Amino acid sequence: MADTTEKPAVGHPGARPVPGDAPVPAPAPRRARFWRRLTPWLFLAAPLALLIAFTYAPIVNMVAFSFTDWDGVSPELHYTGTENYTELFTRSDLFEVFFVSGYYLAASAVQIVAALYFATILSFNVRFRNFFKGVLFFPYLINGVAIGFVFLYFFQDGGTLDSVLALFGHHSDHAWLGTPASANTSLAGVSVWRYLGLNFVLFLGAIQSIPGELYEASELDGANRWHQFRHIILPGIKPVLTLTVILSVSGSLSAFEIPYIMTGGATGTETFVIQTVKLAFQFNKTGLASAAAVVLLLIILAVTWLQRRLVPDDRVDLV
Amino acid sequence: MTRRAAARTLTYLSLVLASLVVLLPLGVVVLTSLKTDEELADDSGALTLPDDPLNFHNYVTAFQDGRMLAAFGHTAFILLFSVGGTVLIGSMTAYAIDRFTFRFRKLVVALFLLAALVPGVTTQVATFQIVNSLGMFDTLWAPIALYMGTDIVSIYIFLQFVRSIPVSLDESARLDGANAFTVYRKIIFPLLKPAIATVVIVKGITVYNDFYIPFLYMPSQDLGVISTSLFRFKGPFGAHWETISAGAVLVILPTLIVFLALQKYIYNGFMKGATR
Repeated sequence: MADTTEKPAVGHPGARPVPGDAPVPAPAPRRARFWRRLTPWLFLAAPLALLIAFTYAPIVNMVAFSFTDWDGVSPELHYTGTENYTELFTRSDLFEVFFVSGYYLAASAVQIVAALYFATILSFNVRFRNFFKGVLFFPYLINGVAIGFVFLYFFQDGGTLDSVLALFGHHSDHAWLGTPASANTSLAGVSVWRYLGLNFVLFLGAIQSIPGELYEASELDGANRWHQFRHIILPGIKPVLTLTVILSVSGSLSAFEIPYIMTGGATGTETFVIQTVKLAFQFNKTGLASAAAVVLLLIILAVTWLQRRLVPDDRVDLV
Repeated sequence: MTRRAAARTLTYLSLVLASLVVLLPLGVVVLTSLKTDEELADDSGALTLPDDPLNFHNYVTAFQDGRMLAAFGHTAFILLFSVGGTVLIGSMTAYAIDRFTFRFRKLVVALFLLAALVPGVTTQVATFQIVNSLGMFDTLWAPIALYMGTDIVSIYIFLQFVRSIPVSLDESARLDGANAFTVYRKIIFPLLKPAIATVVIVKGITVYNDFYIPFLYMPSQDLGVISTSLFRFKGPFGAHWETISAGAVLVILPTLIVFLALQKYIYNGFMKGATR
């Protein structure tokens, strides 16, 4: 920590010089200045310690582990160069998880379009608006494990989905989580169900912050709803839209909870994070898992960087 | 005119359909939680009503055999410390960054900014070793420390808010002889109330729902939080969907109550949190 050298001074309470302690007035302002300099560090000591311990130290360690064959427990480890990275990109079973991400990426596209649609229609005058808004948003707040169970029952043989289909005269004995394609589609669908609400509320907030006069003026000019959407709403929510795209991409790549809880990664539903967790904590391949995590981190940082380049965000100058 | 009416009908139709898609899976689980295992076995389908709508037997089973009481206790403990800690840490950081000029200030700001881009799931492999070496593995302190230490979003929220508090308030207090700590405690912190409310709500819901961190760091059966305890229903209650459903409803119910009571703050909070 930056303030370790100054630590002994902490023992003295109060910043003011003790009378009689200093015969000459010169040391007093110096001491006060020292305290003034120290003050922000006193406030930052704990936050910085946590930040370094739980964000930066792990990143540094992770990069270091990724070049070794460490198993996570034994004191012995060997430097193996880029072997882990080569293994990651050449072993097809390790590489397959990226195809699973494809399902989640496609699902996020559906999700963004649907969220945009509902945000747009609910920004106009609609009856029971708050009810619909609440219903669409609520899934986002629900515990992931509970969602997992709700949808395990939903896709169960004779569960909710089969019963609903039976109502419409369609009797299927399709095992929804039985084949990789069907299982991944189902799981990605659950993600849409879960995360649609956040996108929707973000879009709605952005749409509602567009000044109402713009709509009125456009109506006078003879614009219809589609024109309004295309020329007023879409440009107005562009920053939020790009943010959502980034969140969706990194969310799709780091999908974990829903597939892990529902299938445990069976029947070809293993995602990148499930694989990494299994490598690290079940098969004790800390080195290989670290390499995988580094790759994921780099991809996500690259996507974020790309977004910042493509859409200069004026809110970045926060600090 | 008829085209307008048709468009309106379609709009409402799509909204009703979407509401059904959201509510049906949840509603069926509530129905299932009220059925007996014989009712579930008789193949009458998932949409039938339970014979006795006041059959809370499954809830008792879930609550007792699923150790839900201990789970709620652990979650409450973690919530108290991690949310309290997040508020303190976030507001202190924001105060120091916004109100002081000091050497390396830019570096500190950059460190926090950059950390916001690193998704927590990616670094757990190495975080695990650090938590382990600090002796916090398999204790309630592991999630508390991680929730406190890796929340950059609340620092953002506090920072925006501290900036909106006029510096003249600090200065007049300073003239009255208050030191930096008194200014923080007596002036900044009380004025941060709306930001604190936002952070408490967003952080509280996130911590309540988190599965990944307690799952990784507290594997022992006696340290279940609501997520991990519910997850463990999968084993002993295997095909007992009535008990699993009751457990899920027990977990969802507090969220529903909080949501209904604090709707406005929740929308605002998540909006601020995501767009930072």
